[in-house]
Amino acid sequence: MASQLDRETVLKVARLGRLKLADHEVDDYLNKLGQILTYVEQLNEVDTEDVEPMAHAVELQNVFREDVVRPSLPRDLALSNAPKTDGQFFLVPQIIDAGG
Amino acid sequence: MHTTTIIGLEVHVQLQTKTKVFCGCTTAFNPTQPNVQTCPVCLGLPGSLPVLNREAFTLAVKTAMALNCAISPYTKWDRKQYYYPDLPKGYQISQYDLPFSEDGFVELEPLETEEGTGETRRIGIIRAHLEEDAGKNTHDDSGRKADSQVDLNRAGTPLVEIVSQPDLRSPSEARRYLEELKLLLTYLGVSDCNMQEGSLRCDANVNLHIHTDDGHKIPTPIVEVKNLNSFRNVELAIEYEEKRQLEQWKKTGQKIGDVAKETRGFDAARGVTFAQRGKEEASDYRYFPDPDLVPVIVSEEFLEGIRSSLCEFPADRRKRLAAAYQLSTYDASVIVGQGLEFAEYYEEVAKLCGDGKQASNWVTQDVLREMNERNQTIAQFPLRAAVLGNLLGRITSKQITIKSAREVFATLLSETHARQVLSSHQIDQIIAEKGLALVTDTGAIEQAIADVVAKNPKIVADFKGGKQGAIGPLVGQVMKAVKGADPAVVRNLIAEKINSM
Ligand SMILES: [Zn+2]
Repeated sequence: MASQLDRETVLKVARLGRLKLADHEVDDYLNKLGQILTYVEQLNEVDTEDVEPMAHAVELQNVFREDVVRPSLPRDLALSNAPKTDGQFFLVPQIIDAGG
Repeated sequence: MHTTTIIGLEVHVQLQTKTKVFCGCTTAFNPTQPNVQTCPVCLGLPGSLPVLNREAFTLAVKTAMALNCAISPYTKWDRKQYYYPDLPKGYQISQYDLPFSEDGFVELEPLETEEGTGETRRIGIIRAHLEEDAGKNTHDDSGRKADSQVDLNRAGTPLVEIVSQPDLRSPSEARRYLEELKLLLTYLGVSDCNMQEGSLRCDANVNLHIHTDDGHKIPTPIVEVKNLNSFRNVELAIEYEEKRQLEQWKKTGQKIGDVAKETRGFDAARGVTFAQRGKEEASDYRYFPDPDLVPVIVSEEFLEGIRSSLCEFPADRRKRLAAAYQLSTYDASVIVGQGLEFAEYYEEVAKLCGDGKQASNWVTQDVLREMNERNQTIAQFPLRAAVLGNLLGRITSKQITIKSAREVFATLLSETHARQVLSSHQIDQIIAEKGLALVTDTGAIEQAIADVVAKNPKIVADFKGGKQGAIGPLVGQVMKAVKGADPAVVRNLIAEKINSM
């Protein structure tokens, strides 16, 4: 069923993931993602007529923490993985629209 | 041709928790110290695990109850995926198909206009869900294309998003809805709704229904105006859209469905909305259940526990005040609209003085005026309810006149007194010093009347000749002679005296 996947879809997924793919990579992912989808599509063979949808794979619910402040990271540690900072803020290339 | 404006609002309210929704970082408003309130969870570092804040969920459920929403017995968390620098994980934890509440309403009080009292307006709530806030970006406005700065102190703060039905029909109605929402949420203590600090933010979905003269209804394309940061700006942005969309339709004839939903910003300085490059379409958010967070199953005991802790809602309080103290709906609205503490203050005064209407007049006029002049909240106001209640009680029991009470009120609040805690004992002192006690000794009043009548034959003659107003000066003279006499009583007694001559 890999035929359902076309180049357009691969390119769209790449765009949403902010990935720039070379032409030969598009073909490669078309093939690989197609295989994954085909594999997952085997699930369609299971009769789920009377089965409740499951939102979570773990049989756990109502896990809470109390509203108690815990120490945050010191700023230098918080910023330490960032590609660019000014010592106070994370710095990112200028954002064009004024969203967020 | 005429038009109807169709408005739906999406409101984000920050919940008043001490810590973020999925980690123990503080939610304190701290713009001057960026990036000191973060941890591996809210930075989205690998290997960290979010855990839901019980208080955030409790406050969210309170909010939903106040909005008359149905609370879902089963709710879960989903990842809303988009890339933006203020969103460190590359997704926002939100709720997609199973929000914790939906299908509620907010009622707006009838408007009193010259044509009479309008109808109660019921504004539907589609859903309210819990999600985390993003960080804050600061852009370089200098035009030099410098980097943008990102502060993640706010990232992970709990928000409830409240989505209304497109039931609002005018810019002013949108504003009234927001005011009622703010009153409701501050009454319940779920949010401080401080717009300067971003605790309440609003997006408006606006379009027009154009009713043509030949009976057709044409809906214009829906526009979403984002990030409106004051109630006034919500009103102004919608007013602008009403004009712009009509012009646009006249120019292009475009109706709903012809173009994609447009996202616009609002430029408060110029009073105009402007096109923004849209974020990805909803279908591209690729929501899926967050495997890091487990579902919440809400029990009836849990809900009952919250229900029993809720205070009276503003709408119920208005109705109760109007009935219990014989107030007009307008007066009850003014009192309740000033917030929970003010309504408490009023009720204490009303109970102490035994006259709800009198208490309402004083609280909504004298107290509010003084509070505004002093820039004080009711909690800071030096004349506490017990003292004002005591003062007004003296009017009810006819110990002093309303005019004298105003003099005592002003004296109490005057510079020398207002620096200390005001007590009922001071009322006694002021009344004694100024001789304001109402004289009920009719002997003294009658003596004074006899004197002034004898000294003013011309006025007496004028009055007998039919000039009712002529005895005004006589009332004044008697009042001067007998401090604290009730002027209405004096006037009647003088008239009787002259008529009997
Ligand atoms: Zn954190």
